Amino acid sequence: MDQFILQVLNGLDKGSAYALIALGLTLIFGTLGVVNFAHGALFMLGAFCAVTLSRILTLSHTVIDESKKDFLGNPLKVEVPYIQDWFGQAAGQTIIDWAVPLSILFAIPIMILIGVVMERGLIKHFYKRPHADQILVTFGLAIVIQEIVKYYFGANQIPTPAPEAFIGSFDFGALIGREPGAIIYPYWRIVYFLFSALLIAAVFAFLQFTTFGMVVRAGMADRETVGLLGINIDRRFTIMFGIAAAVAGLAGVMYTPINSPNYHMGMDFLVISFVVVVVGGMGSLGGAVLAGFVLGILESFASLQAVIEALPGINQVVIYLVAIIILLTRPRGLLGRKGVMED
Amino acid sequence: MGILEVKGVNKRFGGLQALGDVNLSVAENSVHAIIGPNGAGKSTLLNCLVGMLIPDSGSVTFQGESVLGRNPHEINQMGISRVFQTPEIFGDLSVIENVMIPCFAKRDGAFELNAWGAVRGQADIRDTAEQILIDVNMQDKRHINAASLSRGDKRRLEMAMCLVQQPKLLLLDEPTAGMARADTNNTIDLLKEIHDSRDITMAIIEHDMHVVFSLAERITVLAQGSPLVEETPENIKGHPKVREAYLGEAQV
Amino acid sequence: MFGLDKKDTGLLLIVAALVAFAPILLNPFPENSALAQFNAGYPDLMQRFVIFGIFAIGFNILFGLTGYLSFGHAAFLGVGSYAGVWMLKLLTINVIPAIIMSTLVAGLFSILIGYISLRRSGIYFSILTLAFAQMSFALAASVLTPITGGETGLQTGLNDPRIFPEFLGGGATSGGNIPAPELFGLEMRASYELSVGGWLWTFNAGYYVCAIIMLVAFYVAIRIFRSPFGMMLRAVKSNQRRLNYTGLNTKPYMLACFVISGMYAGLAGGLMVSMDPLAGAERMQWTASGEVVLMTILGGVGTLIGPVLGAGMIKYFENIFSKINDNLLHQWFAFMPDGLEDFMVAVIHPFIGKGWHLTLGLLFMLVVIFLPGGLVEGGQRIGGLFKRKKKNTTTDTQSTAAN
Ligand SMILES: Nc1ncnc2c1ncn2[C@@H]1O[C@H](COP(=O)(O)OP(=O)(O)OP(=O)(O)O)[C@@H](O)[C@H]1O
Ligand SMILES: [Mg+2]
Repeated sequence: MDQFILQVLNGLDKGSAYALIALGLTLIFGTLGVVNFAHGALFMLGAFCAVTLSRILTLSHTVIDESKKDFLGNPLKVEVPYIQDWFGQAAGQTIIDWAVPLSILFAIPIMILIGVVMERGLIKHFYKRPHADQILVTFGLAIVIQEIVKYYFGANQIPTPAPEAFIGSFDFGALIGREPGAIIYPYWRIVYFLFSALLIAAVFAFLQFTTFGMVVRAGMADRETVGLLGINIDRRFTIMFGIAAAVAGLAGVMYTPINSPNYHMGMDFLVISFVVVVVGGMGSLGGAVLAGFVLGILESFASLQAVIEALPGINQVVIYLVAIIILLTRPRGLLGRKGVMED
Repeated sequence: MGILEVKGVNKRFGGLQALGDVNLSVAENSVHAIIGPNGAGKSTLLNCLVGMLIPDSGSVTFQGESVLGRNPHEINQMGISRVFQTPEIFGDLSVIENVMIPCFAKRDGAFELNAWGAVRGQADIRDTAEQILIDVNMQDKRHINAASLSRGDKRRLEMAMCLVQQPKLLLLDEPTAGMARADTNNTIDLLKEIHDSRDITMAIIEHDMHVVFSLAERITVLAQGSPLVEETPENIKGHPKVREAYLGEAQV
Repeated sequence: MFGLDKKDTGLLLIVAALVAFAPILLNPFPENSALAQFNAGYPDLMQRFVIFGIFAIGFNILFGLTGYLSFGHAAFLGVGSYAGVWMLKLLTINVIPAIIMSTLVAGLFSILIGYISLRRSGIYFSILTLAFAQMSFALAASVLTPITGGETGLQTGLNDPRIFPEFLGGGATSGGNIPAPELFGLEMRASYELSVGGWLWTFNAGYYVCAIIMLVAFYVAIRIFRSPFGMMLRAVKSNQRRLNYTGLNTKPYMLACFVISGMYAGLAGGLMVSMDPLAGAERMQWTASGEVVLMTILGGVGTLIGPVLGAGMIKYFENIFSKINDNLLHQWFAFMPDGLEDFMVAVIHPFIGKGWHLTLGLLFMLVVIFLPGGLVEGGQRIGGLFKRKKKNTTTDTQSTAAN
């Protein structure tokens, strides 16, 4: 039982990431009809927003600290971040410590901008081209983005820790009256899950309760009619692309403490996220979220020792296996609508 | 006993009864027209005949064999060809290739792995294809991409693709829609000639009464998914029910 | 000739000539010149040109003709590689059984995957093939280690229990070394070097074995393209529904096409291990599947020669561009004033060496955006320009004559 709860919890954070990326993919596909293979790159760019901000915050200058001496007796040179000069040592240190959450503010405008530029500059020209062309051009774009990041940040993983306050684990077992220490769960993963849930809820609320969202949903259902009503659907779709980019970016920002970012993390997530989208049902937002969590949790169950012993290798393939089974038994995925991308 | 027997066919789409207890018997070698206002269920009926839809209940037999549950290609191989309401052709292929494909289907069956012999070596197929293009007066367009044909030409091409198979039953869904008057008359002549010379049974859906009355030997009127009357053209013209349901609207 | 029409025969002969003289054509620069970096006439690079050419030709039979975009074709290449190495380990070091077995095993594997994946079309098909390939990759790298050698890969060894060590002229373990793959006694790595003036040409046995097989594969592809079967496949791409209502069962057509395409991939895998008897799981990863898609698109989807050009181009970039470094750039731009020289080097730097993927990505985007028909369409457009010019001149002369 403890194991069971633990695995569900473990699946939540990966599931959150899948769900957020898949949600963005579905938004773009549903509104613009474009299959965006560069979406994983947006997730990765979000993560590197966090890396960049923490680098900016730790920009330092060297001062000679007379109070400390090295072993030769010379005064020690220490690196002092500018931020500590401006805000004082303690406050400065706290700001640096909180770099990842602060990156959210930094990432939102940047990601929206990147999204809008991407849509206006490239994707726009591919609305009328075949899906294969869309896949291919965004695939090329993903390679380009990935290589640029690699050029500036190198090929290695860059550790980007969570704030001190969130390091450590939460004893979930004790909370629900089970043995203490049986179910422990890192604080940051709880934060990640809550953050994702909030973000997903925000996207749904936005689509459900704002006029903008209503128009977009109507456009997803029937683009031509909405266009005929004299509503400028294109502009809204551009904004929608920006929002989808921001969602992917934020998912990336907050994921950095869980898994140190590297330049190819986007592609790694993209492949699975596409599987998630298809399993959820192309064009279904709820399906994307549902499938994201289901697959994340299944993946974590499959990595249980007992399961691996019974079915060697299952942890590596469970997502794909489930995807194959679902696609063959439920042709439109879990919650897919009829007639989306069928030919 | 007709070549095609439709008995008690029902089809619902959600709350809409698209076909309600349809009975239809098409006699061999006849031209049978199915008319009715928009949304009457004419195309849906054809869909049930060619394996695109499966009726909720009822039976459809062709030459005494049931077609229900068979795949579209099997039904075609039984001898039923269909011209669709919106032209279905191979847009990326040339006109001559469009008519060669049904020739292959007719000669080699539903599947034949001939990956070695060149298409241009198949003299018999090419001759048949060339001949049908002459019949529909499209021989000068044979190397054009089918997608770039005019709407009327696409329709004629699709008709050629069906005719070249020499089907026993030809289903035509508004074959003259979108054609100029002269083309319509050519099409009528073509269908007449083919019917006279080749023993093809035809079921034709048409809004243009000129076409219907020039070709049909029997007419079934469909309204709101159910057959209203089945009569000869002479009797249809004066039929009060039909006038009420249909002809008034079509202004003949 | 060979049952082809004049145009196709011409194409085949041109390709044959290019392939035969590749060791000379690809080494246009003298050995010691500054431009020798751009030479591509090295055995292992040339082998890769033709082997990936085969892979891409096969992929194009599926994608180019039917429009079904498989994102898992590398799995067949990988399976073929493993089958090939096992033949080299268990049967004989002669490459013929390895090549045949690779093709057959990949064919069987593609029957299985194709049968399931082809139940869906469009992006669902792409995802299914991707899922199968990723599964194969993950399993090959982990639980199937006894068969695949896991992450280190599978290779021939000293103590392989070959049943027929000397089968078909194959040599037994020679002098305590691991035997090299060979064909009737001719080692694949054997080369004949010819030095003429400043030029050095290497004629490699393995390359010519691959090249001949590639020509056969290319010839078979032409026959398939021109056959009734090929026409049906193009009809699938154009309007699958019409094909069904015309009395044709698209399923066996698609499966046959998928299997043929998978066998081409297996053949490429078999040749790879025949040249270098080592097969690793990363060969099956989705990036490898992506690469063959790029090759085909870059060259020209659905054209005969396109995939071969695309494969050559990408492999050339990979090898040559990634070798260029800053020193070399400084040499090239040495004629410029210093400041400008440094600037040029700095501008180009991100695109070379390790950055060649960036160049590739950009090139790929440009092709998809401006030249959806790939290099072949580019060639046709340039050819078209010349033709139009000619026509213009003829009409000009006519009009002058009329005057
Ligand atoms: N696949 C479907 N799903 C839901 N409703 C359908 C479907 N196909 C047809 N209908 C509905 O069934 C009714 C009959 O349609 P059908 O196309 O058979 O009419 P029709 O007689 O051919 O009309 P027209 O003369 O306009 O072609 C229409 O109301 C149509 O909207
Ligand atoms: Mg209709």
